[in-house]
Amino acid sequence: MTTWNVRVNGREVSVEAPPMARVLDVLRESLGLTGSKEGCGEGECGSCTVLLDGRPTCACLVPIFQVEGRELCTVEGVAGTELDPLQRVMIEAGGVQCGACTPGIVVSLRALLDRDPRPTRAAVRESIAGNLCRCTGYERILRAVEELVGSEEADA
Amino acid sequence: MTVALRPTSLSEALDALGANGAVAVAGCTDLMVVDHAPARAHATVVDLSRLPELRGVREDSGGLWIGAATTFAELRESKLVRERFPIVAEMAGTIGALQIQNRATVGGNIANASPAGDSLPVWMALDAEVEIAGRSGSRRVPYDEMHRAYRETALAPGELIVGLRLPAADEALEQRFRKVGTRAAQAISKVVVALAARVHGDELHGLRIAAGSVAPTPVRLRAAEALVEGQPLTPDLAAAAGLAAAREVTPIDDVRSTADYRRFVLARTVRRMLLACQGGEA
Ligand SMILES: Cc1cc2nc3c(=O)[nH]c(=O)nc-3n(C[C@H](O)[C@H](O)[C@H](O)COP(=O)(O)OP(=O)(O)OC[C@H]3O[C@@H](n4cnc5c(N)ncnc54)[C@H](O)[C@@H]3O)c2cc1C
Ligand code: FES
Ligand code: FES
Repeated sequence: MTTWNVRVNGREVSVEAPPMARVLDVLRESLGLTGSKEGCGEGECGSCTVLLDGRPTCACLVPIFQVEGRELCTVEGVAGTELDPLQRVMIEAGGVQCGACTPGIVVSLRALLDRDPRPTRAAVRESIAGNLCRCTGYERILRAVEELVGSEEADA
Repeated sequence: MTVALRPTSLSEALDALGANGAVAVAGCTDLMVVDHAPARAHATVVDLSRLPELRGVREDSGGLWIGAATTFAELRESKLVRERFPIVAEMAGTIGALQIQNRATVGGNIANASPAGDSLPVWMALDAEVEIAGRSGSRRVPYDEMHRAYRETALAPGELIVGLRLPAADEALEQRFRKVGTRAAQAISKVVVALAARVHGDELHGLRIAAGSVAPTPVRLRAAEALVEGQPLTPDLAAAAGLAAAREVTPIDDVRSTADYRRFVLARTVRRMLLACQGGEA
């Protein structure tokens, strides 16, 4: 075991884990942040998506030693004490059904919107192309984003 | 338990890799996949992400130098790459999805040496040179000589890929890339083709076509190249080149496709890419 210092959702944390432990397991098991889900465990489904220094990354494919001194943001960090407006529109537009994909999708979309507050539909689609959803068919997720950013811009 | 080392210079990394059972790690998008979980039990892992010698994209005597630890996201975002080598940026955008592009590196893609590695035919078509370093010094290997056999590269144990050199591209350099998979994101190629040539009137000169997923290694399509090189490019010639390409490869049947389908798609893809060099169908 080694101690790792990482900034998680804006807070400095120290956590003990073997160097090759997956960030996903450290978040869920050592830090109690169970928002990030394990779907496939091999980078395909995106349900474990977190931001590493602001960039969407599969937490199932990152060993903890590589995030020493870096910054992670999980769905818990997107929400804060209240739901993020993105989460609210996702719920209202029916973009959340079983919810398994939702934390990953929220993190991916939040990263996009932080970089580009008026994304095109193509950019929105690309931002969640690595997030599999078995329930919604994506259309309601796209509509939720359009509601948030204003549909004209989003269709441009 | 695994010991993880985070060297901050190339020589330190090469020394660390000299140890028994030491393995280099970059973006970990191949190494951390569950199927390869035993890989996580290596005695020593040596992280390449902090080596300044492996980072960056720069101008290099008219061409480009690309550090091995460059991620595909960084390639897509690089203005130099987009302007000089649009097919490199295009290819980078087809690697997995954003989550993968943000971590996966050029060096990892080459060293992993999957026959379906999407960057490999691009480096081959652009006549890249690989810069390799080991404890006894560094050397350069033409990309054509990089892949020796199925998953076997020119790297000796303990050696690292430092970067790639791409020779100068002028305006006349036509570059084309085409990946055929089941969907746009997260698809492993059934066939992937890259092409570079200089257009003189209706002729292509210095034509290089390379393909992946059609043989145990990425391959140059030399029979197709030879037919087209310096000849007036007609639709019939392009079709003949496509068929020659299909004949010179040795694809397999696997879960993603069949050998017959791969040959069929390769022939059409090569034909279309050739015609596209003349502004024809894409
Ligand atoms: C969901 C998913 C989708 C994917 N999609 C694609 C795709 O569309 N196209 C594609 O081509 N690949 C794809 N891949 C495979 C993978 O992302 C790439 O091969 C990637 O480029 C590997 O780079 P890495 O930095 O993550 O390598 P790592 O996993 O860190 O390392 C891979 C191997 O390369 C060695 N290595 C790394 N860097 C160097 C170096 N500089 N010198 C010597 N050896 C080195 C390591 O020791 C290891 O053996 C995908 C993977 C996943 C999980
Ligand atoms: S669990 Fe990480 S991508 Fe599926
Ligand atoms: S809501 Fe069920 S997988 Fe997306």
